[in-house]
Amino acid sequence: MKRIYMDNAATTRITEPVLEAMLPYLTNVYGNPSSVHAFGREARKAVETARRQVAAAINAQPSEIYFTGCGTEADNWALRGAAYAKNAKGKHIITTQIEHHAILHTAEQLEKEGFEVTYLPVDEHGSVDLEALKRAIRPDTAIVSIMAANNEIGTIQPIREAAAIAKEHGALFHTDAVQAIGCEKIDVKDMKIDLLSLSGHKFHGPKGVGVLYVRSGVRLERLIQGGAQERTQRGGTENLASIVGMGKAIEIAVSNMEERNAYIASLRDRLINGLLERIPETRLNGHPTNRLSGNANVSVRYIEGESLLLSLDMKGIAASSGSACTSGSLDPSHVLLAIGLSHEIAHGSMRFSLNEENTIEEVDYTIDTMVEVVERLRAMSPLYAR
Amino acid sequence: MYTEKVMDHFMNPRNVGEIENASGVGEVGNAKCGDIMRFYIQVENEVITDVKFKTFGCGAAIATSSQATEMIKGKTIEDALKITNKMVADALGGLPPVKMHCSVLAEEALQAAILDYRQKQQAV
Repeated sequence: MKRIYMDNAATTRITEPVLEAMLPYLTNVYGNPSSVHAFGREARKAVETARRQVAAAINAQPSEIYFTGCGTEADNWALRGAAYAKNAKGKHIITTQIEHHAILHTAEQLEKEGFEVTYLPVDEHGSVDLEALKRAIRPDTAIVSIMAANNEIGTIQPIREAAAIAKEHGALFHTDAVQAIGCEKIDVKDMKIDLLSLSGHKFHGPKGVGVLYVRSGVRLERLIQGGAQERTQRGGTENLASIVGMGKAIEIAVSNMEERNAYIASLRDRLINGLLERIPETRLNGHPTNRLSGNANVSVRYIEGESLLLSLDMKGIAASSGSACTSGSLDPSHVLLAIGLSHEIAHGSMRFSLNEENTIEEVDYTIDTMVEVVERLRAMSPLYAR
Repeated sequence: MYTEKVMDHFMNPRNVGEIENASGVGEVGNAKCGDIMRFYIQVENEVITDVKFKTFGCGAAIATSSQATEMIKGKTIEDALKITNKMVADALGGLPPVKMHCSVLAEEALQAAILDYRQKQQAV
């Protein structure tokens, strides 16, 4: 059976150039970057090359790039580190209802520790309301954290405008750009971003490595205590091969962006249009145009997402769902509820996330398969009256 | 995550459908939680001669519906009432802990259908 991967927002394949870049650091070059000897120095050199590659991708200085264990750690560090920083302005934090759990659960924990958090609402397309941000921001707001693009519904957020509002009020601005990098141009200087999180495995890099960009001059409390790695700000021996892989992967991800994303968007639109045209009572979730090039999120009425996901899997198609049954809780995705979907509709949502390795043939096969499995599941559904 | 038996019942569910003028119909769950099961039973001389179901829900919800209907077909009402959620789950080779509630729903749907049958009997 052919296998089709349309879950690139979950993770991506390590491509050959990335693997090739990594291999020496899994075998011959194994020194500890902190060591003074030649083994250590060649490892250090590789880490610093990767740091330059990441910095160049977002127009930062290499000294503003800190490697972490994952995107989640970067998010935890940004929010917690800014909240507890000695120079923090106050105990108020602003974020949104649609953030990744790495931010939301950290914010909830900070609330328990005495911080006050405002969760900004979004409109029906999942766009953050900037007027709500203006109303929420206060003299004691220490940090504003708004994701660059949503991982579930793909909506791109107005982070440039949000960063300007934060700056005007003297608050730090953080963005989780884990999904956006490689799809949207990100320039931290031009956009006046103070803190930015990245994850290596979302753009053909390896898992287990992330980055927090910290603008020069911004002071954060450390999250991971330990040795003097990452200029004393993040302890722990560097994940050498993965850092090298992330550097190579981001270099590729930000090159040829326009052409690549135009192709991916053409596949996405073909998929969205095909599904909406051929399956009655479906809807697109997220912004109709201002969305990640590879994200197609649709809700199919009268059926539940996990059964749809399993059915597609049996046909070789890998996607993901925002239903409760796949979230590990009783509620469907908080993002789908935040854009105003009823529980019932949210349970029947599917996310297809494409990249440049997908083809038109795969998209067409996916549409045909969806038509078939939706029909089968609807025939079983007590909610569906033909 | 799911056993082969669960996947078999999910991909090839037994007894899907409706029974017109059924002796009893039971529906449990709600769309908000993401699971609804509706069972139809046909009863003759206290024996369940036919059973059908319609289910909105995850793979486990569909598989437990299918398994439960298979287990009660041909059984007397008395024997059918002895079927527990655990028996349904066991017959499927087990369910992940977070999916055990699906087997509870299947047991409840069956009981609701039998209760409906009893109430219709008394009304006659």
